[in-house]
Amino acid sequence: MKRLVALLLVLGALGSASVLHAKQFAISVTQIVEHPALDATRKGFEDRLKELGVDAKFTVHIAQGNIATANQIASQIQGEKPDLILAIATPTAQAVVQKIKNIPILATAVTDFVGAGLVKNMDKPGANVSGMTDLTPMDKHVALAKEFLPGLKTLGVMYNAGESNSVTLVNLLKAEAKKQGVAVEEATVVNSAGVMAAAKSLVGRCQAIYVPTDNTVVSALESVIKVAAESDLPIFSGDTDSVERGTMASLGFDYYGMGKQTGDMAKKILVDGVPVGDMPVEMLKELNLFINKKAAADFGVTVPEALLARASKIIE
Amino acid sequence: MTWYAFSGALEQGFVYGLMVLGVYITFRVLHFPDLTVDGSLPLGAAVASVCITNGWDPYLACVPAMLAGFVAGMVTGILNTKFKILHLLASILTMIALYSINIRIMGRPNMALLNQQSVLDPLFSLGLTQAVAGPLLFGVMAVVVVGLLVWFLNTEQGQAMRATGDNPQMITAQGVDTHKMIIAGVGLSNALVALAGALVAQSQGAADVNMGVGVIVAGLASVIVGETLFGARSIGRRIAAALLGSVIYRLAIALALSLKLGAFSFTPSDINLITAILVVLALVSPQLKQKVQARARS
Repeated sequence: MKRLVALLLVLGALGSASVLHAKQFAISVTQIVEHPALDATRKGFEDRLKELGVDAKFTVHIAQGNIATANQIASQIQGEKPDLILAIATPTAQAVVQKIKNIPILATAVTDFVGAGLVKNMDKPGANVSGMTDLTPMDKHVALAKEFLPGLKTLGVMYNAGESNSVTLVNLLKAEAKKQGVAVEEATVVNSAGVMAAAKSLVGRCQAIYVPTDNTVVSALESVIKVAAESDLPIFSGDTDSVERGTMASLGFDYYGMGKQTGDMAKKILVDGVPVGDMPVEMLKELNLFINKKAAADFGVTVPEALLARASKIIE
Repeated sequence: MTWYAFSGALEQGFVYGLMVLGVYITFRVLHFPDLTVDGSLPLGAAVASVCITNGWDPYLACVPAMLAGFVAGMVTGILNTKFKILHLLASILTMIALYSINIRIMGRPNMALLNQQSVLDPLFSLGLTQAVAGPLLFGVMAVVVVGLLVWFLNTEQGQAMRATGDNPQMITAQGVDTHKMIIAGVGLSNALVALAGALVAQSQGAADVNMGVGVIVAGLASVIVGETLFGARSIGRRIAAALLGSVIYRLAIALALSLKLGAFSFTPSDINLITAILVVLALVSPQLKQKVQARARS
């Protein structure tokens, strides 16, 4: 009897040990280009899985902004046979979704899932793809700009007309701004070298600038900030990382947080065995108000106390 | 390198090989450095995508794509010959104009083809997988185009085109209109580039206005790598070498993507550097070989 108990104990211990030393998952990541917001998304994803105790080995591929390379990376990942694929940004997501049908794919930092052809239905994607959209809550962003600047009549927006995400966002911005009685002036850029000229072209045409989550403009944000500070044009940004770089304020779009929430989805797929096709495409749950007081002073704006009280982060 | 990565590199090598053949015509036959390519590749993708999403057969959609590419190349040729604009500048002007035109054609910067018919579907219905179908179909297409080009460049017109690049004075004296030859040659080149674009869009599931960025670099690198490794005097062999150069170039990138060297690891951002080094190695290896052989003889 004692032996039997001992045997059971040993077996039990082995069993629980095997639960503790759960399988190491292989996750392949494909990202179109390295820039702070996308890197933060990846970091948030990795950190969240670690917090949840999911043991994962990451193989990261970055396409250096080259779509042909993104497509080759998709073949590469197919050969790696990972348990899960994380695709960051639209072109890389399209490349893996086209090639790989038998491995769960989470696409993140993608604005328009349906328009990009990644899923047919946001609530029930079906195939092997789901993920998180970084569609900005544009109604709230316009309202925030009006709270800062009650007399706001014209808002300038800068974006690359060649980035499909940005075109979607700007169309949304125009619709929401119209509802709230604000006109929108556009300045488009082709590459980061043209960002400063585009910022200058907005001087005198608007009372504030809105920078959406546009890869080209965000990558050359400093030149916009410089022009804006010289001309007292406050800048609002679509993401909060940019507030730390010197825009005046943003509501919420924290890419690190988005990566974390995508990490939660990954855990459901890997550990709980939820089929990816049953998981609706998610939006960011928490929106945080970031305010940069120093930048506001540079732009000649006094931040209303009510807003400061609501802010989750204030940069002095 | 895994089998998938290898077959992916083959697929890309062949499909971009069509573009490389176009680059070969301008760069080596006409001695016309043509940057229109960065715009005409997405142009072909855009035109084909619009046709396909409107219900056209994917093979048929390649025809207007090629025509559009031909016209784009003609514009560059006309700017150069009739308006005396330097060839590089003429092609840059067409290229940047195409950026806006491509967005107009698609009505947006990125057009998804993920749930549409593609040229690969007939092969899939035969039971082939993507990893086999892609290299097979694009390989056959590229070989057929190589054959057609070799045939064309040996016809009287083709000979005149080659002479236009090699010795314009002589060929003008022979009564050939070099302007027409340049316009037609750059047009033909960009028709092939646009065909590559139409096929690339179908293979990667989307046409994107930025898909042309840097393709001319890939094209030139492929031509030069092919020339150094396989080139020879006969025009047929040189054209086949350009196609093989494209395959080698993509294999080099696939290799760079899967490279891991013990404790020292490359970061993903090193891939451009590694690719450049691999291409340089391909370029200098014949010279090194000659030197080693010369030393062995002495």
